[in-house]
Amino acid sequence: MAQPIHFTLNGKPAHVSADPKRMLVWVLREDLGQTGTKVGCGAGLCGACTVLVDGEPTLSCSTPLADVAGKSVVTIEGLAKDGILHPVQQAFLEHNAFQCGYCTPGMILRACALLMRKPRATRAEILEHMEGNLCRCGAQVRIVTAIEAAGKAMGGAQ
Amino acid sequence: MRRRDFFQTTGATGLFILFRNYLEAAPQLVPTRPTSYPMDFNAYLRIGGDGRVSCLVGKVEMGQGNMTSLAMLAAEELDVPLDVVDMLMGDTDLCPWDGGTGGSLSIWQFGPVLCGAAAEARAVLLQMAGDHLHVPLDRLEVKAGVVSVKGAPARQVTYGQLVQGKRIERHLADVKPKPVSAHTLVGTSAPRKDGREKVLGAARYTADQRMPGTLHACIVRPPAHGATLKSVDTSAAERVPGVRVLRDGNMVAVLHASPDLARKALGLVKVTFEGTPPALDDITIRRHLASKSASGKVSVQEGDLKAAEARAIAPVDAEYFNAYVAHAALEPHAALAQWKDGRMTVWAGVQSPFRVKTQVAEALKLPAQQVRIITPHIGGAFGGKATGPQAVEAARLALKAGAPVQVVWDRREEFFLDTFRPAAVVKIRSGLDPAGHIAYWDHAVAGTSDREAQIGYELPAKRFSSTGDGGDLGTSAGGLHPFPTGAWRAPGANTNVFARESHMDLLAAKAHVDPLAFRLRHLTDKRVICVLEAAAERFGWVAGATPSGRGVGVACGSWRGTLVAAMAEVAVDRQTGQVRVKRVVLAQDMGVVINPDGARQQMEGAITMGIGYALSEGIRFKDGRILDENFDTYQIPRFSWIPVMDTVLISNPDLQAQGGGEPPIVCMGAVLANAIHDAVGVRVFELPMTPERILEAIKKG
Repeated sequence: MAQPIHFTLNGKPAHVSADPKRMLVWVLREDLGQTGTKVGCGAGLCGACTVLVDGEPTLSCSTPLADVAGKSVVTIEGLAKDGILHPVQQAFLEHNAFQCGYCTPGMILRACALLMRKPRATRAEILEHMEGNLCRCGAQVRIVTAIEAAGKAMGGAQ
Repeated sequence: MRRRDFFQTTGATGLFILFRNYLEAAPQLVPTRPTSYPMDFNAYLRIGGDGRVSCLVGKVEMGQGNMTSLAMLAAEELDVPLDVVDMLMGDTDLCPWDGGTGGSLSIWQFGPVLCGAAAEARAVLLQMAGDHLHVPLDRLEVKAGVVSVKGAPARQVTYGQLVQGKRIERHLADVKPKPVSAHTLVGTSAPRKDGREKVLGAARYTADQRMPGTLHACIVRPPAHGATLKSVDTSAAERVPGVRVLRDGNMVAVLHASPDLARKALGLVKVTFEGTPPALDDITIRRHLASKSASGKVSVQEGDLKAAEARAIAPVDAEYFNAYVAHAALEPHAALAQWKDGRMTVWAGVQSPFRVKTQVAEALKLPAQQVRIITPHIGGAFGGKATGPQAVEAARLALKAGAPVQVVWDRREEFFLDTFRPAAVVKIRSGLDPAGHIAYWDHAVAGTSDREAQIGYELPAKRFSSTGDGGDLGTSAGGLHPFPTGAWRAPGANTNVFARESHMDLLAAKAHVDPLAFRLRHLTDKRVICVLEAAAERFGWVAGATPSGRGVGVACGSWRGTLVAAMAEVAVDRQTGQVRVKRVVLAQDMGVVINPDGARQQMEGAITMGIGYALSEGIRFKDGRILDENFDTYQIPRFSWIPVMDTVLISNPDLQAQGGGEPPIVCMGAVLANAIHDAVGVRVFELPMTPERILEAIKKG
């Protein structure tokens, strides 16, 4: 059942021995102590568990561990460097783009994936890209504004 | 005692008087065992040698921002910078008692308590500084936690030096908090105190708490309400390495060191159930509730209804329905319980840690002092975490297991065990007099209370009745509902404001009068008039009789002393029945505003959440089964649904700070129903206003 699986987690090598069919979110939270990745619905319907796998936003509650073998996984814990917030984190902070904060790691990572590819994303593109991530507190309007601001900070200004 | 009087009273006596007033004002939150806020300010404030202030409060932060606004109040009264205040919330060992976080009470109810405590502490600190510096009080001034002699700033002492982390033994009576005019921090927009840890993913919620040796428990649940356990075969689950099965009374739980493996093993348990499920479903519930509306208890009766009815020329009667809705906080219910040295400690995301402490103690037959509840960050609650069943489950299992036990519900459990907002029917009978004024109003509610059914419209003859709270207190109301219901952001008000404000538009249309003008015609309350006019100004309201085809609507409402007016613009697709909310303006008078940006966050959040219950959210159920089990069928608002929002805060410094978390949501049903009517000329009397219902209404014409 358990197999050794290697991948990169937040820039560092991670070696785990686990069932390759086990969902990534449990390996991250339980085996690797990365509790910033949240479980909201358990079925890939809310986006709270979003992480980046080779730069692509990925629902870790529905992604078997085997799928990330040899790949690079980034969780919310891997964004800030030496205490300096990532521009998307900084923008969320400045715009108070969260309330309870439970969906926030997934929102930030999904936004990062878009802006890394397209910092000048339009408002319509942002809405479409973020559609699958749910926020029950209703911070969406601020999240969109924060993503636009982060895009500018990341070099996307016209 | 009048509200204004007690707000001006402070200090030790003030706290007591305040508590009495709270008892009178909010009987629904009075705990079963009377207790009160402590009078000693040391219960709320500790000052360290480094000058940092620990502010201890029994309220909890669940996203609504009271961690920041309460810290602002303490910093304002103490004259310290906001960033030296550390908030410690919801720990029943360390924090002073509190009746629970809900009802938009954190500032309205607890704010004056904290201000009184901090004002007294500041006055005592000044006395201590005077003794230390050998100068009379009137020669001292305080800035950022440093007391200095006026004109000789080098002669100074800090709060930290004066107190050095010790308890302050000196007390003063009759210390008044600062007048609003002296505020320098309160009234400015402060950054959230929980911001950095939340964007870093470092904020710990209950499921993130870790303790060596923890077992994760998944509990066998019935498939339907009304079903009870008949037989259980756990042999297959028990064969899984590392699995333990525990039974405590009716509760059967599968435990494993990994939460996902516990959940997987739960699937191997074979269970049979017995019992009779409730016969009602999400269609028949409406007639069921409607049949009870005549049996409600009358809360208000004024004027001669019969005589007014006889005089009226145009009767307008209608029946409104509001569905069961889920709280659907993104964070599921969770608890971690540890039994150690004869004490039960439970980490749990609950709105009322002190009430849950009692709940756990009673379930375990322990003296309350042997139970401690610690509240980590809460990932949304909205009334759904008012009680703590998951804390009781974890505690019972921890005692039995001899190891720490963590219980985290999955999304299906969330939808099945939720205390939904009660469905309700409101029947309104009314009529216009020959001058186009409302002659009478008879408002009968079944399923929930008649809270906020009135907003001060002049009604010469009126009657209000209801069958009761419908579970607003977290309990099922006798036989009305097929499953437990409970408090949901502004209990009762969403239903009553939807019915009343829809009905006002019906009457306005009957009178051929602009709906805003029709409301103003019946109002004398300056605050209500003011929020309506402020909303109209920002929205650019153009008067006209409805339906105008423009798709604009208005509504006003109240909750916990705060007044709101909403205006919305929608587009309705006549072919599909789809509604797009284009713009919402919300004007709010909440008295003194502690943190304007925090208030706006709540207003924006309420607009968004309100679009959900207005347009898409309604629990489907049949034979005791909850048919919505996840976010695929239960649709909550998404990014593409979000309208342009404009929030207006009315300046009202003469009124003590009122509620902020719930009021801005109460208008959303009516303002969208009115805008939809204005767009397509048909009215939907049932929430949620799904495309199917809108199409049906269009077909009926």
